[in-house]
Amino acid sequence: MKYGFEVILLALGAFIALLGVAFAHDSQFGAHMWVLFFALAAGAIVLMRTSSYSPVDILAEDKSAYMDGPVRYGVVATVFWGVAGLLVGVIVAAQLAFPDLNIEPWLNLGRLRPLHTSAVIFAFGGNALIATSFYVVQRTSRARLFGGDLAWYVFWGYQLFIVMAATGYLLGITQSREYAEPEWYVDIFLTIVWVAYLIVFLGTILNRKEPHIYVANWFYLSFIITIAMLHVVNNLAVPASFLGSKSYSLFAGVQDALTQWWYGHNAVGFFLTAGFLGMMYYFVPKQANRPVYSYRLSIIHFWSLIFLYIWAGPHHLHYTALPDWAQTLGMVFSIMLWMPSWGGMINGLMTLSGAWDKIRTDPIIRMMVIAIAFYGMSTFEGPMMSIKAVNSLSHYTEWTIGHVHSGALGWNGMITFGAIYFLVPRLWGRERLYSMRMVTWHFWLATLGIVVYAAVMWVAGITQGLMWREYNEQGFLVYSIAESVAAMKPYYIVRTIGGLMYLAGALVMAWNIYMTIRGHVREEEPMPGAAPVLQPAQ
Amino acid sequence: MDYNTLRHFADSWGLLAMTVFFIGAVLFALRPGSRESAEQAAQIPLKED
Repeated sequence: MKYGFEVILLALGAFIALLGVAFAHDSQFGAHMWVLFFALAAGAIVLMRTSSYSPVDILAEDKSAYMDGPVRYGVVATVFWGVAGLLVGVIVAAQLAFPDLNIEPWLNLGRLRPLHTSAVIFAFGGNALIATSFYVVQRTSRARLFGGDLAWYVFWGYQLFIVMAATGYLLGITQSREYAEPEWYVDIFLTIVWVAYLIVFLGTILNRKEPHIYVANWFYLSFIITIAMLHVVNNLAVPASFLGSKSYSLFAGVQDALTQWWYGHNAVGFFLTAGFLGMMYYFVPKQANRPVYSYRLSIIHFWSLIFLYIWAGPHHLHYTALPDWAQTLGMVFSIMLWMPSWGGMINGLMTLSGAWDKIRTDPIIRMMVIAIAFYGMSTFEGPMMSIKAVNSLSHYTEWTIGHVHSGALGWNGMITFGAIYFLVPRLWGRERLYSMRMVTWHFWLATLGIVVYAAVMWVAGITQGLMWREYNEQGFLVYSIAESVAAMKPYYIVRTIGGLMYLAGALVMAWNIYMTIRGHVREEEPMPGAAPVLQPAQ
Repeated sequence: MDYNTLRHFADSWGLLAMTVFFIGAVLFALRPGSRESAEQAAQIPLKED
């Protein structure tokens, strides 16, 4: 392979980054451009060293087969960023319990918290979505990825976005919009990568040899298109200077707040829900080796999700300056979301109908089933919390954190782990995973970790909410804020333990995946009932 | 075209158009004879690897 064009482009980019360092308006932008320079220069050097100039390209891959290179890289990146993001999560949890762990200025909670959320949502979840969507769209369209090496650009461009976002947070560069913290120049770069992603995905669908577009691709496509729309509108901003790290939002006041939560909640709806439902609708039928319970229900699931989710954002702004009718609108649409959520959950679970024994014998199916169960539970809890009366107790408390984590760890994490365990032996041509027993270990560590985490956060959140609203007979508040903070200490410690258990499970997975890719097979007793025990001939 | 024109359009014709589209999509999914094509579509992931 020759990478002449790519090497020139990367070297040019590195040079421009160097100019950015030289003419930076502020020192943070200068430091950030150094990061970009080293990333691009390293990329150029690696490509130069891997270029081969032999007249016959012995490494040329079969251009008619499926393109699985970016999927393999994506799976490895998913595991890597997953472990990294969970580790940062455990660190910030420990910082809340033990404030002395805040190390100024780069490693305090304010900078590590967005690092944690972006790492788990966008780095872990995003890589999982890109990798699985590339895998699924090829198989269900029976067509190779469209656009040649553009898929590689999507993969590496997305990693560069993650590195720029993460280092920016540590440097203190933020536009202070939750889940959209990267500043304007990183946002522009992500937009370009995302358009390339859309071209690859849509082009593959248009090239399909299968007449019907399988429902998983509908979910993936809606995720890609909606995230593009949300990202562009929410990040409309005017940079304060051309080579500086500060920008100001185009919107002001409550309009700005609503734009942010229109984005924020639909990031949950289309990134963490629609995209991962695409995963569910492909990997659960594949692993169970049965078609989805009701295909027509999945179509209705899709359209109701699309039409309802987009209105739910205002429930993040109950009892604020947002007009009352908009708050009620957000609440009503959130409650209506119960229908598609539970329809989808039933559809996923009932796919196993007639094969329930697989939950006992197949740890990967078990992982997928617990993911769907958590999807059902957290999408029940969410609409309930969006009811204004409930929200007046739950808002701004740890209950919200518990809710988010039962969805993110339970649904997004578990369905991704299931997909990874499904994919790795197939992508690397291995007979099976290194160890099925370790999948069981991962399952129990993760499940118990979530249960500990969510239960503790419920108690913590309701305690907080009740303390904040406790008045005495003279009408004065009974507790100061400091007292409610002090009351949180035991919960914060136990929450850290729950997070540690989940991280331990992810480490077990990382080892299992590493050994599978290296081609090892662990000698172990098979899962009971997994395969019929062969009796020696009598 | 100011805010008021937009919102009046959104809560009348816009609302109607989206409701009709949604109901149409649901009815289309449940139309007579869709069961067979749905069952074929559900087999797509299982056909090959």
